[in-house]
Amino acid sequence: MSKVSMTVNGQSVSEDVEPRMLLVQFLREQLLLTGTHVGCDTSQCGACVVHVNGRAIKSCTALAIACEGATVTTIEGIGSESNLHPMQEAFREHHALQCGYCTPGMIMASIDIVNRKGHKLDEQTIREELEGNICRCTGYHNIVKAVGAGAAAMAKTPA
Amino acid sequence: MTNPSGIGQSVRRREDFRFITGNGQYTDDINRSGQTYAVFVRSPHAHATIKSLDIADARKAPGVRAVLTGKDLAADKIGGLICGWMIHSKDGSPMKAGGHPALAVDKVRYVGDHVAVVIADTLNQAKDAAELVNVDYDALKATVDVASTQKPGQPQIHPEAPNNTVYQWHLGDKAATDAAFAKAAHVTKIELVNNRLIPNAMEPRAAIGEYDRGSGSYTTHTTSQNPHVARLVMSAFIGIAPENKLRVIAPDVGGGFGSKIFIYAEEVVCTWAAKKVGRPVKWTADRTEAFLSDAHGRDHITTAEAAIDATGKVQAIRVKTIANLGAYLSTFSSSVPTYLYAPLLSGQYDIPAIYCEVDGVYTNTAPVDAYRGAGRPEATFVVERLMEVSARQLKKDPAEFRMHNFIKTFPHQTPVIMAYDIGDYPASMKKALEMADYANFSKRRDASAKQGKLRGIGFSAYIEACGIAPSKAVGSLGAGVGLWESAEVRVNPVGTVEVLTGSHSHGQGHETTFAQLVSHKLGIPIEQVSIVHGDTDKVQMGMGTYGSRSGAVGMSAIFVALDKVIKKATTVAAACMEVPVDQVDFEDGSFSARGTNKKMAFGEVALQAYVAHKFDSSVIEPGLKEGAFYDPKNFTFPSGVHIAEVEIEPDTGLTKVVRWTAVDDFGTLMNPMIVEGQVHGGIAQGIGQAMLEGAVYNDAGQLVTASFMDYCMPRADDLPSFDVGMTTTVCPSNPLGIKGCGEAGAIAAPPALINAITDALGHENIAMPATPQAVWRAAQAMPRKQAAE
Repeated sequence: MSKVSMTVNGQSVSEDVEPRMLLVQFLREQLLLTGTHVGCDTSQCGACVVHVNGRAIKSCTALAIACEGATVTTIEGIGSESNLHPMQEAFREHHALQCGYCTPGMIMASIDIVNRKGHKLDEQTIREELEGNICRCTGYHNIVKAVGAGAAAMAKTPA
Repeated sequence: MTNPSGIGQSVRRREDFRFITGNGQYTDDINRSGQTYAVFVRSPHAHATIKSLDIADARKAPGVRAVLTGKDLAADKIGGLICGWMIHSKDGSPMKAGGHPALAVDKVRYVGDHVAVVIADTLNQAKDAAELVNVDYDALKATVDVASTQKPGQPQIHPEAPNNTVYQWHLGDKAATDAAFAKAAHVTKIELVNNRLIPNAMEPRAAIGEYDRGSGSYTTHTTSQNPHVARLVMSAFIGIAPENKLRVIAPDVGGGFGSKIFIYAEEVVCTWAAKKVGRPVKWTADRTEAFLSDAHGRDHITTAEAAIDATGKVQAIRVKTIANLGAYLSTFSSSVPTYLYAPLLSGQYDIPAIYCEVDGVYTNTAPVDAYRGAGRPEATFVVERLMEVSARQLKKDPAEFRMHNFIKTFPHQTPVIMAYDIGDYPASMKKALEMADYANFSKRRDASAKQGKLRGIGFSAYIEACGIAPSKAVGSLGAGVGLWESAEVRVNPVGTVEVLTGSHSHGQGHETTFAQLVSHKLGIPIEQVSIVHGDTDKVQMGMGTYGSRSGAVGMSAIFVALDKVIKKATTVAAACMEVPVDQVDFEDGSFSARGTNKKMAFGEVALQAYVAHKFDSSVIEPGLKEGAFYDPKNFTFPSGVHIAEVEIEPDTGLTKVVRWTAVDDFGTLMNPMIVEGQVHGGIAQGIGQAMLEGAVYNDAGQLVTASFMDYCMPRADDLPSFDVGMTTTVCPSNPLGIKGCGEAGAIAAPPALINAITDALGHENIAMPATPQAVWRAAQAMPRKQAAE
């Protein structure tokens, strides 16, 4: 067992973990933050995307102990019940989710796209940037619309 | 007064808040006190006898509580997995099904077959110990290829099924069909492969079994589309516990597409083992396990012919299909290539004679069962490829050729069971042609050609039979269950409403659409309505969600129960207002006595029903709660036209879907936003089948496409945005006029796309999936001149 400390959704956490524990297991099993999902075992599907030090990563590809001292944000750490993040609101408004399983990863990846590419995103850019996130329900049509709308809304609302 | 939450409104989904905030609760999110973890030891061989199975080392490994095998299941008299639809061969004999133990005994029959389960305190301990289970296999030759598995000399998978043949079934009038072919002016003949698919719902399957020693009862959380059916099968057939001692809960479920209808080995074993180890037993599939052991879809090879008269009318269709059922018969597998397939071969067309033969065969591959559309996409692929190729061979416009053959009057009895109740096929074709700007397609083709690209357009005029299904009718065809749906409407004393439904939502948005129906009928705000589903302890017996049935059947059950609630509430209101019951009207959420100014809101009546002070309770029972079991009187027949337009780079084979037009007739739309979302998702899966996806087993029976690295799932940049339009004929077969929409896209899309690609290539020689490599090869086979044009 090794001790690991990090800041998750604004809270300091310090836990004993097995060295082979992945960040996604740490979040789901140790911290019970089950909004981050696991959809594959080859880092393809993106259901586990979280932000580490402000960048989107697939939390199934990082060891928990490699995140020592990091600042981690998960789907539970954006927005609040009364004040959703603009990207969350855009996903709801544009019916960008059906079963909801890929949704947390999609939203976290989408916020990262805006952070990297700005608030004016054309359809082709959004489609290419979503390459690392698989959705089986929506055919992406409404996700693409939501990301564009969410990006524009994020310009008005400080993230 | 328009109810903003009523029928036909694009109400934003009420379930979304928990999903966009990470508060969904899927099976793997649930942790039970003291839970242990199950890991399945799976066969690495496609076909082998088990010479010995040594669990001693695994049993002694740290944290291990049990290592269980097929012998332990047999000792506890736990039965095998079942197939719930009996098919009879054309000679009258019942299908020849081999056994399907939840844990293999003596023999394994596909890679991923379950051999043993290791249960330990942590997942890693279970994984480590599973490595120590020592299985001595005697590998046998495998039979993998659907075309050759019936041939003499092939390995025999089950002794019960000689030549690996489960059934040789047929439907239709052979003599009439052959006679039509004998006098046909033109015969079109095509050979088709309907490629094998892996459903890949994003949430892998999972199960948690629990046993309560005090009450002697089991609870199973599982990723199910139909928890009551899971309970019925685990109870009545597998024999884990009687129904009243077995609770099945399907919480949030992350997509199903058919693959979560079935009762699999894992939930059976976790439930049974929970009592043996005295702890909850949790199992969650990793993606590789999902690829190996979820029921796959499609996998047909087909020869199809159309007999066409001199006027261009199709007079007969003749089809011979071999359908791969995998190594074991999954829960509904036998019905998919038979009664969910051949009855759809009339498509939207007035065809006097149809004859179809289907051989269902075993191979050493994962079981094959219903996947989005289930039989109907396979039928539509046959019909719409036949129509397109026929039009080309006869040098007719493919849209006009179809319209010439459309059914134009209803009801229409096809020669293959189905009685279509209503539709307007020319209307959806005309609208689709306009939306797709078909008139100017040749200009777009010329513009592409100038850039060295091949442009093609393809049609698919599909029909679907859903609203599954009238119980007596399916019973006569071999179904082991009735296919009604149940609903219970509980009005609380303050006028809030809980609807308990036998349908199950795993992406369809029932918590919104079902509540819209209640809001519409009772005239109360949608916020006062809750939808409860997915728990056999809360909801009375129900049949679950598949086959686009939850609107047409599930909501019809709610509709009938709501009518009973209104009827009862009217008697209460009449008593309270002291007027005869036949003088009370109910509108927009309030009861009024005709010719008076007496009025009571729905909530007031509900309160009075429970207070029971103002009526004679020997005449009117207190309370306000009604239920219904709704059995549909017919299937429903959604239909539509999809038009795909593609542009191909002949030098690379890169195929871009540049335009997609969908015009569908789903009858009444409860929530257009949600319906369009269903269409989008269906089209994406159909495009996936046509261009990207294909499960591949090698000759040894190893699944070589067992991860997202090897199996190409559609991603955002593979797809276009879709132009979706609607036409409407209201379904006369249920009280809401709904037809169903869940599978349409997946049914319509594959032939539309292949018709577009073959149109661009100028020849028919390409199979699904039309990957860039396949398209490049096909483009090289074109006459050079044409490719350069």
